[in-house]
Order: sequence, then structure tokens, then C-alpha cells
Amino acid sequence: MSEKTEKTEPRLSVFKTYKLYVGGKFPRSESGRVYEVTDSKGKWLANAPQSSRKDARDAVVAARKAFGGWSGATAYNRGQVLYRVAEMLEGRREQFVREVADAEGLSKSKAAAVVDAAIDRWVWYAGWTDKIAQVIGGANPVAGPFFNLSSPEPTGVVAVVAPQESSFLGLVSVLAPVIATGNTAVVIASEKAPLPALSLAEVLATSDVPGGVVNVLSGRTAELAAPLAAHQDVNAIDLAGADEALAKELEIAAADNLKRVLRPQPVDYFGTPGTERLTAFLETKTVWHPTGSLGASGSSY
Amino acid sequence: MTEKITEKRSSAFEYAPAPESRSVVDIAPSYGLFIDGEFVDAADGKVFKTVSPSTEEVLSEVAQAGEADVERAVKAARKAFEKWSALPGSERAKYLFRIARIIQERSRELAVLETLDNGKPIKETRDADLPLVAAHFFYYAGWADKLDHAGFGANPKPLGVAGQVIPWNFPLLMLAWKIAPALATGNTVVLKPAETTPLSALFFADICRQAGLPKGVVNILPGYGDTGAALVAHPDVNKVAFTGSTAVGKEIARTVAGTSKKLTLELGGKGANIVFDDAPIDQAVEGIVTGIFFNQGQVCCAGSRLLVQESVQDELMDSLKRRLSTLRLGDPLDKNTDIGAINSAEQLARITALAEQGEAEGAERWSPACELPASGYWFAPTLFTNVTQAHTIARDEIFGPVLSVLTFRTPDEAVAKANNTQYGLSAGIWTEKGSRILAVASRLRAGVIWSNTFNKFDPTSPFGGYKESGFGREGGRHGLEAYLDV
Amino acid sequence: MPTTAPTAHALSDVTASDSTLRRFLHGLPGVDAVGLEARAASLGTRSIKTTAKAYAIDLAISMVDLTTLEGADTPGKVRALGAKAVHPDPTDRTTPATAAVCVYPDMVAAAKEAVAGSSVKVASVATAFPAGRAALDVKLADVRDAVAAGADEIDMVIDRGAFLAGKYLKVYDEIVAVKQACGDSARLKVIFETGELSTYDNIRRASWLGMIAGADFIKTSTGKVAVNATPANTLLMLEAVRDFRAQTGVQIGVKPAGGIRTSKDAIKFLVLVNETAGEDWLDNHWFRFGASSLLNDLLMQRQKLATGRYSGPDYVTVD
Repeated sequence: MSEKTEKTEPRLSVFKTYKLYVGGKFPRSESGRVYEVTDSKGKWLANAPQSSRKDARDAVVAARKAFGGWSGATAYNRGQVLYRVAEMLEGRREQFVREVADAEGLSKSKAAAVVDAAIDRWVWYAGWTDKIAQVIGGANPVAGPFFNLSSPEPTGVVAVVAPQESSFLGLVSVLAPVIATGNTAVVIASEKAPLPALSLAEVLATSDVPGGVVNVLSGRTAELAAPLAAHQDVNAIDLAGADEALAKELEIAAADNLKRVLRPQPVDYFGTPGTERLTAFLETKTVWHPTGSLGASGSSY
Repeated sequence: MTEKITEKRSSAFEYAPAPESRSVVDIAPSYGLFIDGEFVDAADGKVFKTVSPSTEEVLSEVAQAGEADVERAVKAARKAFEKWSALPGSERAKYLFRIARIIQERSRELAVLETLDNGKPIKETRDADLPLVAAHFFYYAGWADKLDHAGFGANPKPLGVAGQVIPWNFPLLMLAWKIAPALATGNTVVLKPAETTPLSALFFADICRQAGLPKGVVNILPGYGDTGAALVAHPDVNKVAFTGSTAVGKEIARTVAGTSKKLTLELGGKGANIVFDDAPIDQAVEGIVTGIFFNQGQVCCAGSRLLVQESVQDELMDSLKRRLSTLRLGDPLDKNTDIGAINSAEQLARITALAEQGEAEGAERWSPACELPASGYWFAPTLFTNVTQAHTIARDEIFGPVLSVLTFRTPDEAVAKANNTQYGLSAGIWTEKGSRILAVASRLRAGVIWSNTFNKFDPTSPFGGYKESGFGREGGRHGLEAYLDV
Repeated sequence: MPTTAPTAHALSDVTASDSTLRRFLHGLPGVDAVGLEARAASLGTRSIKTTAKAYAIDLAISMVDLTTLEGADTPGKVRALGAKAVHPDPTDRTTPATAAVCVYPDMVAAAKEAVAGSSVKVASVATAFPAGRAALDVKLADVRDAVAAGADEIDMVIDRGAFLAGKYLKVYDEIVAVKQACGDSARLKVIFETGELSTYDNIRRASWLGMIAGADFIKTSTGKVAVNATPANTLLMLEAVRDFRAQTGVQIGVKPAGGIRTSKDAIKFLVLVNETAGEDWLDNHWFRFGASSLLNDLLMQRQKLATGRYSGPDYVTVD
């Protein structure tokens, strides 16, 4: 024991290694590449994985594998899971406020507003899972002895080019509606601000979202979006985070297997969303059933 | 099965010819383009001939729209849009009701016309096409003043000028599917009918005149693929709707990429018609026949793949073959004709080539004894058995009266095979077990599913595909969305 | 659906017990009502013109079981009916005779006399027609009476109560007993009263039950209930005889009865026969119309075809 009080060094913090989120696991990019992520003032924040075409391919495989289970889950169950995401985010609110503030150069209070809105967005979409079918589907009064019912169904695997500027609220606003209806997603995080997306993956992993339902890639948007737009096993693409030239190029590539394309459009992510992002990735399935009369001979009852 | 052959009597019940009168329709020797309420020649004076596929007789000579004509038509539609979209919905509704009524009044004439130009049996134009055409206009007429209640928010706005390109298999019905919702929602239209079946669209132009529809609201531009390409590429077109082949659909999707044009595509299919061992077999046989031989199989939602549970394959095939032997192929104007002509020499060549490929790949080909007329384009109803998923005829859309028969052992296998295609337009399920219908229907990736029935259509029922069968829905409330800025 | 074609032997096995019979009948393919009716309606749109119409009208006339089944029937009425059956159109001797006259058992003798020397058969309803609510020995006595009086054909009714209660073997045994009572001289038509069986599945089951039990004809109705022969139930029965022959080699006839009043209707039924069971059934040995007023409409249409002008009720006989 020393008599002299030792001069205390400030504790050295533990850095987080940001990883991709694919099939419920957190791999590094198969390419081994990373790129520097800085805050709005250019200060180094972390090295993010710079995903490759192969990572994109792996993510599609994972998303396809997860599609059957997730689309087959009850709408009630999906609602519970999405609500669970909100719960988990609420618990890690401070972390996300810090990350969003760093990522987007926002004040603490503005970043807090963003995170609160994002949490509330999960709650909004959690409530939609078991209502959208009633709003946009239903029985059609065909002129014949048939019961005819139209129901929405998820289109499949959706590639999501997440908004570049709104790295968290924007991301949640485009991702939640995709999975609320039973699609699975491959998300390309904001290129220059990928960290909130990569952290969101950690929340999803602990929120009962089955592995593969959401897959998050960071890296160069154009490099990742091109193979996804051309991928024959991707059913739709949300171009929210693509600039005009890239969006056009991706839409052309998407035509190869007639992906459903949601073009980029100006969105105020703080506003209450409509149902458009839900319906953009839904198919309408219409089933006909004969009804006819109870008997061959009319009834005496 | 042993069939006891009894002695044939000398006088069989031969149906005498029962031709529908051709005189109810008066086809002019030539037709112009319909632009801004007038029939006009093409700017470059080009014309093309349209023939009757059952006789190869030239029916009329039709103006062929070029780029300059597309320009004029879009301009006319743009000009008309301002007033048309500003009309109260209730007034637009009345125009559409008028059109629906005139179609009903002239339905015999239009049925004969359609049969002449397309080659399909009068039985179908009379009992399916024309009633559905009128019903479609009636249905959307009623929406025109109720758009606030359609679930797209208050006062949804039309898009502007709709460029519409339709196929030759249901010429007037596809026109109705395109024009009725477009007009109800306040859009104006430039429509290109298929080059082999332009006449009913031109007669429709006359109906628009009879109905007093304002000039320029509907413009009809007969022409070939290049006319359609110019139309969908036109910068002042706000909405593109196309029904046709998947290859052209992809080309159109590339064309409109990067623009603000709203796009709906209704494309090809390779529908699976799944027959389980507990099916109502006689009705299943009828459903299979309707599924693949309705309109000579030239139907995007045809049940062109028969998936039959292996345990009932022999029995079903016997029944099916017996039934095919009763199909009556011949003069499309004869009221007893079940199978008419193939629409064009080109289509016939494609069907022929694919059928030959089926044989070459080892599938077993069967057709009933069937005499084909000497002139015109004809193809006998054809079955292929011993077909597997790997055969071209199990994967490619043939668009003709050719059925590929595959087998399965379990519901799982049936669903897996049914979904194993790049298409996703239609499917059929035949079983008496209600829960199986629902389970299978929920797992099939197709936009329209018929359980214990097939090829049923209704204006209230949304129609359209999954995957490469296109996107967007036509019909019903859903069909409004494609023409509204929502 | 049965996955292998049962042989005649296998079909005799199905009547070993109530439960085997029940299993067999309930194992028949189901019938989708909408699809069946749509098919019947679609065949009803066939356009039968000129020579085909002439052929069909003569065929239909030759298939009529000209029927009177009234409490007020008398030998005089039956004699008139017999005369009409033999020479339906006295002004045109090329008109074919009808297939049969159909009467109650106590009128058989009078009917036999009236058609003597012609091709026209005498059919008699029996088995406590139309309700069939009597003891078996009473029913059998009814049959024996008719046969003894010279009936060529017996139109029996099944016990619908037993059928609906699921006592299929009882229904079967009764048909077998009646068939025995018919002996070799009379052909047996089994009436299901399809309007009371109510569902198409029941009609298909009853058809097979009747055929297995030895019916020579299966017949829709008595004509005494609200719904009698319809295109759909007749189509269904035609499918049954077609399938039965395919499986056993035995051909059975079909007789729609009640409610067929016009030539147009009759021709639609013939189209059903032609395109379902096939032309082997287009013969009055295998297909009949149970009708009364139909004949005069057929005759008027026949006159129209012959003369080119429309006929009227004063130009055919009222009997």
C-alpha cells in the first residue's frame, strides 16, 4: 500500500466493432474490407464493414430462408415482435441518441426527438400488422355463385436502400413497413452514417425478430444496390436512399425479374406515415370458391 | 378401363351448322386512327391489313399510327384532360354508364366482330367477352363519383394521360379493363390495340361518339409494337398500363425507369391446375378443359400445367381424353364451336414449335381425332403426359391449346411444383376438402386462385400477378389505384 | 374417388354389409354443385337446327314414356293415351311412336290392349308410388300385379326415408327384391325422387346404389314433387351410367321425368346424353322422357319443320 495517492488515468473505453447482420448472425464482410466512418465534423467514429457483392448474396439467401416462417407467422405475432423492437429500443434510447447525434450532427435534443420518433414508428407499424388486410382486402361481390376474397400477401424478399441522410428514423420508416406485412429485408445502411443501422441490428437480434428477417449491410450503396437490384431472387426494391441517377439505373436492372420498385420521393420522416409503404410490397391474392345452393332442389324449409 | 363397344347406329346426332349471322356487323373497307374525336389517316399514310384468322380473309385496312400520330394523340388527350378531370365525378359516371348501355345494345354486333377479327368462338364472345365488357364499364361508372370513399384518402387526383397497350386475346375486354377505370378516375386515354385485332377498339371509338364523350378523352391508335413503344416512351404520358408478354413488359419497365410514370403490367403465366385425389372429378375435368382450352388457351391465366395426384392420374386422364373427344373445333361463328382459330400465323408457329419441342424432349403427345379446316390458323387441342418440371413445355408459356400434365404425391409437392416458375398469375385447386383448399391457396404464389372452378372473371374481382406475371391489379376497388395519384 | 376400376365382382362385395355399402357410396367422387350446373347450362346453349333438330325431335318422340298418373285415370283415358302413343300425329304417319305409355298398375291391362300390335311398351309405376310408404310385401304385390297384367316395364320408387336415414342396405335389398319380382319379362326403372334426396352427392350415391342393385334404368322423379328432372340432375345420372359401364361393362338407361314440357327442353336433354354418356344412349332402349304435355309440343315443332309455318294446339290431339 502506497502512502501516496496515485494519479488516476482516465479509463480507456472499449470500442465497439461494428459488424454486419446477416441471417441472425453478426459476420464481418467476407471481403475483409472496412471503411472509416466519421461524424459530421470529420472525427473518426468507427470502422464499418464494407460489404461486398457476396455479402449481398448471402443476405438474400438468409432473407429468402426466413421468408416462409415470417410470412407464415400470424399477424398478431408479427405485431408483438415489432412492438418488442420498440421496447428494446426504448431501453437503449441513450445509446441511439448518442449515435444519431454523432452520425447526423444533431444536437442531443434533436437526436432524442429523432430516436423517439423512430421508436414510436415501430409502435405504429406494430399495430398495423393485423389491420392492413382488413383495410385493403375483403370479399368482392362477384356476379355469380362464388365467394371471392382478396387478401394482401407479402411480396417476398425486399431490398431496401435506406435513406442516406436520415440514418435512423428514415431507416426505421422504410424498414418497419416492409417487415410488418411479412416480407423479409436486405437493408443497405446509409453509406456515410451506417452505425445506427448496425446498432439497430443488435436490437433486432434481441427482440424476437427471427434471424434473416432483417439483414443489414454497410458499405458503398451503389456497389451493393446493383447486385441486389439485378438479383433474380429479390422480389422488390425500395430506392429511398438512391440518388436520381442510381435510382434509374437500379430500376432498369430491377426490370429483369420485374421487381416491385418504390421510387425515391421526398418524405418528411417526422410526419405520420400513410399505408403506402405497407402496400408497396404487398401482393393481392384473390381466391374464388363456389358457393351455390344448399341442395339440388331448392328448399322446403 | 374396359369400355363395352356397342354397335353404332347409322344416324348419329350430328349438329347441323348453326352459324351466327355475319350481317349484324358492317365492317368498313378501311379505318383511320381515332384522335381527338375524329377518324384520321396516319401522318405518314401507312396502313395495315387485319385478317380473319379462321379464313385468312382480309377484313379491313387500318391506319397504322407512327410517332407523329402518337404525338397528336397524346396532345389531344392532354388537352382533353383539363376539362375531363374537372368534371364532377357524377358526370363522368354518366358517360361511362352510357357507354356500358350502348355496348349492351350493340353486343351481338360486337361479339360477331370480335369473333371475326380474333378467331375465338362466338359462344365465348357472346357469353363471356361482351357481358364482361359491359359489366366492367358499369362497375367503374359507379366509382367515378365515389372516389372519396375508395380508401385512398379524400379527393384523390387522376394522373393525367394514360398510355395503354393491350393484347389480341381479349381485344375489347382488355380495352374495357384499361379504359373504364382510367376514365372513371378522370384520366384521359391513348390506347393501342394489338395489330391483329384492331377492329373492336375502332368500333369502341364509334361508341364513344354515340355516347357523346368529349373529344380527346379516348384516342385509339392501331399499330404494331413500335407504336406501343413510342406511346409508353412519350414524355407527356403519366401512366402506362400494359397487358401482354413478359418480355415486352420488362422492356416497358426499363423504358419508364427513372420517370414519374406510374406503371402496371399484366403479363404471362404458367398456371398450375392442381387436382387432388378427392376432387369432384367431373367438375375438375370441366375445369381443366376451361382452364386450357378457353380462348384456345390464348389466356395469360390459363391452367396450362395440370398437376394431378399420382393416385388418380390414370382415371383422370381417361376422363379428360374422353372429354376432349367431344370438343368441337371449327368455324368460330358457329354457335356450337368450342375451339376456334389461333389468332395469327405467328402465334400458330410458336405453339407448333413448342409442341414439337415437347415431343423432342420426350413428353407424350395426344390429341383427339380432329379435322382442321384447310384455311386459317388452327391447332388441335393437345395434351402432353410424362412431363416433368424440366421440360420446356412445363416452363415456357405456350399461349395455345396445349396442356402439360405433371404428377405429384403430396400437397407439399404440389405446392412446390406449382410455385416453381418465374410466373405467378393464376392457379387452380380441386379437392372436396375445404381446409385443404385454404391451406394450399394460402401457399400458392399467384394473384388469382380458383378453387373448384377456373377462369372466372368479374369486374369486382382484382386480377393480376405475382413475380414475373407483372404488378398492379385490374378490377375491383384495387383497380382504381393504378389511375390515381396515391 | 375409387382409384382402381372395381370389377363387377368388387361391386358385389360392396353390398356385403351396411357399412361396406356406406363406405363405397361415400367414397364416390363428390359433386360440385356450381360446376355441375354450369356444365349443364353450357350444354344447354348448343344450337340444334334444321336436320339436327328434325333428328332430335323424332328421337325425342320415340323416347317419350307417355304418362298419366292421376287418381282420375279411367280405362277410357288410358285407351286414348295408348292410341296417341302408337300414332302421335294422326295426320302424319311418318311420326314415330312413343316408347311407352306409363300408368298405374290397375290400368296396365287397359293400356296393353290399347297398344297391342305396336312397338309401344306398357310401363307401370309400382311399389306404392309415389311415396313408397308401404310394407315391402305390399310393394312387391303391387309389382307382381303389374307384371301379371302384362307390364313391360316397372317404375319403382326407392325408400327415400331409408336412404336419407343412411340405411342404404335396406334400399338396396328392396330394389333387389323388386327386380326379382319383375322376373325376366319386365325391365326395372328405379325412381330416386331426386327432389327429395336434395343434394347432388346423394343423387350420385343413389344412382350407384340403384345400378348395383340391378336397375335397368335410373329415373329422376315421380313428377309429383316440386323439383323433378333438371338438366343438372340428369347430367349427373348420365355421368353415373357412363362410369358404371366403363367399370362393369353393363349399360344402364336413364329417364328424366317431370317438368320437361317443351321441345327445346327435350333437345337440351338429348345434347346432355350425346355429350356425356354418348351416342350409345341415344336410343329409346337407353333413354326416356317421362312426360305428358311434352309430346304435343314435339309434334307441333315437327309440323313446323315439315311445313315451315308455326303450328297451334288445335292441330295436335288433346287426349
